[in-house]
Amino acid sequence: MLRNVIIIGSGPAGLTAAIYAARANLKPLLVEGLEAGGQLMLTTLVENFPGFRDAVMGPDLMGEMRAQAERFGADLIQSEVTAVDFRHQPFTVQTSEGEHRARAVIVATGASARLLGLAAERKLMGHGVSTCATCDGLFFRDREIAVVGGGDSALEEAIYLTRFASKVTLVHRRNALRGSKIMQDKAFANPKIQFRWNSIVEDIRDVEKGTVTGLVTRDVVTGDRAELALDGVFVAIGHTPNTELFVGQLEMDAAGYIVTHDGMHTNIPGVFACGDVQDRVYRQAVTAAGSGCMAALDAEHFLDGLPEHLEATVTE
Amino acid sequence: MASENIHTFTDSNFESLVTGSSTPVLVDFWAEWCGPCRRLTPTVEALAKELIGKVTIGKLNVDENPVIPGKFSIRGIPTLLLFKEGRVVESVVGLVGKDDLRKLIERHIV
Repeated sequence: MLRNVIIIGSGPAGLTAAIYAARANLKPLLVEGLEAGGQLMLTTLVENFPGFRDAVMGPDLMGEMRAQAERFGADLIQSEVTAVDFRHQPFTVQTSEGEHRARAVIVATGASARLLGLAAERKLMGHGVSTCATCDGLFFRDREIAVVGGGDSALEEAIYLTRFASKVTLVHRRNALRGSKIMQDKAFANPKIQFRWNSIVEDIRDVEKGTVTGLVTRDVVTGDRAELALDGVFVAIGHTPNTELFVGQLEMDAAGYIVTHDGMHTNIPGVFACGDVQDRVYRQAVTAAGSGCMAALDAEHFLDGLPEHLEATVTE
Repeated sequence: MASENIHTFTDSNFESLVTGSSTPVLVDFWAEWCGPCRRLTPTVEALAKELIGKVTIGKLNVDENPVIPGKFSIRGIPTLLLFKEGRVVESVVGLVGKDDLRKLIERHIV
C-alpha cells in the first residue's frame, strides 16, 4: 500500500507531525521504533511544557500525544525501521514487520544518550552503569554513586538521585557547570552532592566481578589519577542524533545531525526532519513538537504540489 | 495491566513458579515509574501470546518485591532474565525488539 506520508519516530516531534498529518487527512503511518515515546519516557516531572501549570509526568505526556494522534486516524505501528531508500519516488521504508512505501517521509528519530565509550561501561550496563536515573535510582538506596556530566540533564539526574543515594559525586571534565542557573543553584545547595572538577572517567571497575565497584578518574589539568569507590555510575554526557539509517542519503553536519533548511526540508525533496535529530541547539520537548508541526505542514505542501499522476493513492 | 498470558511473579511465588518450573520462564523486572519498562510491555505481551505453551512469561514488580531483584543483582530496569531448569540462561538489560527477543528465547525451547 502506498502511503502519503510515513513518520519515523514517536517522540514529541513524530507524534505532533502525526497529529497534524492525520488532521490534514493524509492518513500517516508512524513507525514507533524501539525507544517508543522518545526521551521523555525517561523523565519524571516535566515542568516546562506549556499548558501544564502543575507539571506533567513525561511518560503521561507521551501517552496523551500518542492517543491524540490515534484519535485523528494516524496508524501507529510498534516496529523498528531497519533501512530506508530515499533515492527514488515513492520512498521505501523497511521495518522489522515489512516494507512500506510513501510519497513523503518525516524523520523524527531523535537522539539517544551518549556513552563514554569504555569497554567496561558496556559490560556493566545494567549492573551499576545506567543512563536512566528515573529507571534505576531505586537500586542505589543508601549507596554512593557518581553522575558523569555537567549539563542540565546531569544536574537533574544528580539531584533526583539524592533521593536514594547517600552520596552523589558529579564528575565533570571542566571546572564549571554548563547547566542552567536554577539547576546549578539546586545542585550546589544539595549537601549530598559533591563535585570532582576537571576530571574524566578513564575506567569503571569491576568487570570481573560483574558489578560496579568504583571509578578511575583522571584530572585533565594535573594528569593525576584517582580511584573512587562507589556502587553506581550514571552517564549524562549528552546525546547523539539517531541518524545511522540515513547515512549516505540525507545531508548531515559533522556531528551527525540532519541538516534542514527552509522549514524542515532536507536535501531530498519529500523527506523532512524534525525534533532532536536535526536540532543541536534547543532540544526541548516543546521545540521538538513545534518542528514536528512544521514538518507535517511542509509535507502537506509538498504533496499538494505533486503532479496528478504521482498523487498519493491512499485516501481511506 | 496484566494480560491473560502474563503471570505475576512475586518474592513469595518466585521459587515455585520460576526456578521450580519445568518449562523455560522469562521474567520481566519492571516498575510503574519506569518509562522504558512501559515500552517493553507490549513486546513481552505479544511474545507471551505467540509462544504460549513453550515458555512461561511473567512480570515482577521491583517496587513491591525487593528480595528477588536483590538475589539476582538487578541494578537496572527493564531487565529480562530467562530461566531454564532453575538457572539464568539469558539476560537482557534495557530495550529489545520483538524479533531479537523471540530468537533469544527460541534458542532455549525445544
